[in-house]
Amino acid sequence: MTLTKRMIACLDVHGGRVVKGVQFLHLKDAGDPAELAAAHSQAGADEIVLLDISATHENRSTLLETVRKTAGRIFIPFTVGGGIRSLDEAADVFDAGADKISINSAALADPTLITRIAQRYGSQAVVVAIDAKRRTNGYGFQAWVSGGRRPTGQDATEWAQEAEKRGAGEILLTSMDRDGTGAGFDCELTRAVAQAVRIPVIASGGGGSTQTFVEVFLQGQADAALAASIFHFGWQRFTDLKQELQVAGIPVRLPC
Amino acid sequence: MIAIVDYRAGNLTSVKKALDFVGADSVVTSDPNQVARAEKVVLPGVGHFSATRILGQLGLQGAVEAAIQRGKPFLGICVGMQWMFESSAEAPETHGLGLFTGQCERFPTEVKSPHVGWNTLRLRSSSRLLQGIDPDSCVYFTHSYRAPIVEGTVAECEYGGAFSAVVERDQLFGVQFHPEKSGPVGLRILENFRRL
Repeated sequence: MTLTKRMIACLDVHGGRVVKGVQFLHLKDAGDPAELAAAHSQAGADEIVLLDISATHENRSTLLETVRKTAGRIFIPFTVGGGIRSLDEAADVFDAGADKISINSAALADPTLITRIAQRYGSQAVVVAIDAKRRTNGYGFQAWVSGGRRPTGQDATEWAQEAEKRGAGEILLTSMDRDGTGAGFDCELTRAVAQAVRIPVIASGGGGSTQTFVEVFLQGQADAALAASIFHFGWQRFTDLKQELQVAGIPVRLPC
Repeated sequence: MIAIVDYRAGNLTSVKKALDFVGADSVVTSDPNQVARAEKVVLPGVGHFSATRILGQLGLQGAVEAAIQRGKPFLGICVGMQWMFESSAEAPETHGLGLFTGQCERFPTEVKSPHVGWNTLRLRSSSRLLQGIDPDSCVYFTHSYRAPIVEGTVAECEYGGAFSAVVERDQLFGVQFHPEKSGPVGLRILENFRRL
């Protein structure tokens, strides 16, 4: 009888297709977004996140069409991110059927964007995504932008706190060091951010074995965990994973 | 025809889409006449309690009250459910419909807020809206304020204390969670509403 930990399937979309890379590179085709979203939803995913990783370079209308088709297939929460730079662009994505939008580079460039979207659509609709990388000197984590191509100099934890203050409803925290490796979430990063804010933190990057999920919920204190490849390529099934998590004492939504 | 009341506070397409899926004939409208004449009324809600003030400004509050007076089934979702109570601490100067007694309050500080995610329904008494729903079913919540437990509470949820997840009395129904986002359980609830 408690709030369950969410398991989120992420669709990284490039040119209308789901792709997945390792550490933000080496893209590999994984299928049609709407089909995959529906399959994940039926298999027991608690939420779908669609990130347009090509958005800054390509035509927005392709994305909106993808969002429309995907939203039409699922009856669970649906978040869309990638290249949203203004309130108007966010409005287009909401109109296409997203429940929440995720903003990253644009929020760092202009944090008032968080507040403006939150005032119109509510904080629950605004996810601030933070791509974080361990600093080379070993002290703390730095936020990166532009799909992990540019360091900002800003501390990931402090940025999360500011995002909360400005009206973010959730933090989607990706470890760039672990992304696509399946080697386990960065629990140190996740815990640092989860303890620094009062809004839910979604851990991303490194999800693999059941144990990696157990660790991110127990040690990392994550509220939700997001993964892509392990679900698309069938290495983990939601129901199996959730049953194993339940055995490990983690509250999950079952049956789903 | 079900009127989905559009009071310019967020995205109503997901509610419309879910009602379509369960075979319910519905229309998104901000026309008071259409709302007053509808067979059923759904008031979705996202965002701030004060957004409900616009219902009065657009003449929609009177239309909703007229439909309720005529005994038409009414479903409030999220803030739409909170609006069925007297008031909310989120906007104390804004009055609710007062169909249920009490004020909506913020979550206590010992839990994270907003309450976001799938949480369990604890069924308290028999309910037409929840017919066929298994006890302990999970549904999707996202809110920072919550309604108290009242006589009409047919299901509660636990998060920093118990609160009303579903209220029901005669033809009045309110759900704090989002049935349109709660997978098969949520669709069943909307189907139950369609069948009323």
